[in-house]
Amino acid sequence: MTVSLRALLGATALLALSGAAMAETTITVATVNNGDMIRMQGLMDDFYAKNPDIKVQWVTLEENALRQNVTTDIATGGGQYDVMTIGTYEVPIWGKQGWLVSLNDLPAEYDIDDILPAIRGGLTVDGNLLAAPFYGESSMVMYRTDLMEAAGLTMPEAPTWADIEKAAAAMTDKAKEQYGICLRGKPGWGENMAFLTAMSNSFGARWFDEKWVPQFDQPEWKATLDTYMNLMTNYGPPGASANGFNENLTLFQQGKCGMWIDATVAASFVTDPKTSTVADKVGFALAPDNGLGKRGNWLWAWSLAIPSSSQKQDAAKAFINWATNKDYLALVASKEGWANVPPGTRSSLYANPEYAKVPFAKMTIDSINAADPTAPTVKPVPYVGVQFVAIPEFQGLGTNVGQEFSAALAGQKSVDDALAAAQKLVTDEMTAAGYIQ
Amino acid sequence: MSRAITPQAKAINTGLAWSVALLIAFPILWTVLTSFKPEPQAVASPPIFLGFDWTIQNYIDVQDQRAYFRYFVNSVVISIGSTLLGLIIAIPAAWSMAFVPGARTKDLLMWMLSTKMMPAVGVLVPIYLIFIRLGLLDTRIGLTVVLMLINLPIIIWMLYTYFKEIPADILEAARMDGAGLREEILYVLTPMAVPGIASTVLLNIILAWNESFWTINLTTVNAAPLTAFIAGFSSPQGLFYAKLSAASTMAIAPILIMGWFSQKQLVRGLTFGAVK
Repeated sequence: MTVSLRALLGATALLALSGAAMAETTITVATVNNGDMIRMQGLMDDFYAKNPDIKVQWVTLEENALRQNVTTDIATGGGQYDVMTIGTYEVPIWGKQGWLVSLNDLPAEYDIDDILPAIRGGLTVDGNLLAAPFYGESSMVMYRTDLMEAAGLTMPEAPTWADIEKAAAAMTDKAKEQYGICLRGKPGWGENMAFLTAMSNSFGARWFDEKWVPQFDQPEWKATLDTYMNLMTNYGPPGASANGFNENLTLFQQGKCGMWIDATVAASFVTDPKTSTVADKVGFALAPDNGLGKRGNWLWAWSLAIPSSSQKQDAAKAFINWATNKDYLALVASKEGWANVPPGTRSSLYANPEYAKVPFAKMTIDSINAADPTAPTVKPVPYVGVQFVAIPEFQGLGTNVGQEFSAALAGQKSVDDALAAAQKLVTDEMTAAGYIQ
Repeated sequence: MSRAITPQAKAINTGLAWSVALLIAFPILWTVLTSFKPEPQAVASPPIFLGFDWTIQNYIDVQDQRAYFRYFVNSVVISIGSTLLGLIIAIPAAWSMAFVPGARTKDLLMWMLSTKMMPAVGVLVPIYLIFIRLGLLDTRIGLTVVLMLINLPIIIWMLYTYFKEIPADILEAARMDGAGLREEILYVLTPMAVPGIASTVLLNIILAWNESFWTINLTTVNAAPLTAFIAGFSSPQGLFYAKLSAASTMAIAPILIMGWFSQKQLVRGLTFGAVK
């Protein structure tokens, strides 16, 4: 072979290699529209600097539309998405179907062991981490420190439901449109049922016994709903059966709620002076209990996962590694301050003295640690999930039961009727689905 | 002879008409107003009607987050494309049903309409699978065809009722003069039915523009129209009502303007044949 021919071949090989290196991979990321996700889209320059050969396209949709889109795509193997934003409800179900790619092989510096155990447990199926948490949340009590002080009360760090009722009664002044407590009433498995299912755990209730028999005819559920109705009818705002997260957030920010028990992520909204009129008067406490060993708080993590139908899994992993590792938290802190760092995913964040100064940091981590999706209830259950039951039927069941309970809150039916209706519809559905033989 | 209308009755009627119009248009008006409010004032209680701090920041933020123009172009292509494609199929179909009806024409018309009664989600998975096989997911052509199929019953029905108003004798005269089928439809029937066709086109562009189920489910990035653009600004956790309103205003503005300029044709088309 002549020297010139060899040189030519060498140059061609080099060109081919550089061509391969320069080839750009475009990945499609499906996500929901919330503050942390929007912030991430604004920080993409850092990702592109570290991964010049990967381009990211965003598909941002409303939560339910997103869920329907990605479910259709993943079930039919459409391959439209390379990274999907999903929650702790989907991961166990989709994982069992083999729809998600294992993330166990993320690089060592990703430090999987740093992920909070409660969150990691909810995203792991058969030893495989199937989604990387982007931000995690629990629920807690947010209360007005000024109103508590005026009433001569102190909120315990770990209140009971009796403490909550006492505080709600003391802070209610309906003539001034000031309501002791604001809770979710809008029907939906992710709306009122997220709250009520978590609340029922602290009353010793459960959705199903070990044989999948619905438990709405048991006294624990009756006690849960009676307490909820008592709080909402005596101390809650009018029209509460239409209130979800956003409606209660608005009420609380406008100073109309003495207490609000909801997602820990709300803490950054209610303490933001730009949007909240009560920003400097908010205290935090753990979700209430009844001394039975379980608190009424939930656990959720918006997480990034790769569908097995994706053709670009390496690029997708590079993106997930960037978006959910420790460096990303530091990046957000440097650009937007520690209060805006996505919370609830990594132990190292809570060991950071800078982050400890954020007013809601401690209560958020304590709340997350107080939830256990694998043992959510006082009595044993056959399912995983704190504020949901991780079975495919739950979305429909949760929403239907939510409508019954919301109707009771609106005064359209009694608590007993709502519970009886819930028991019947869940029994029918679970029998038809083959859970109850 | 028309009935005499007193000035008082006229004033009452005018006032009533304006009240109803305002009531119907109020949600749109409120959306537009909200789009110019800062986020905290968008959810203020009691609501602020006009005395808020006017800002166009929401429009800037919305444009920063997602490029409006790409979605807009997709909406235009898909809605106009699907309507025109529908017309090509519907004009001959409506012609045959109106002028040479068979024994089963009425049943066929009812059957076509009944397809509109089926919940769309019932055929989502089959259509999704077909789209995967044909490589049509997230393409304008795929969406154009689907929207055409969805609106086809309405297009055929509308054209059928307009065509029924045209005397068959005229078409027969054209045939006597030696017009073939093509000439008869193209040069005799179509020009006479222009008002009806125009209102059919306008109404179906509006329907296709507003269709959100298929346009959101069958697209991701490349073919996503304005319905997907709006859906991206709805948030379960966080108050983005002002931005959502800005996105909604931007999405409905083109079709609102089109509707405003063509309202004469729309009303004429919709009431065509209503008074005999």
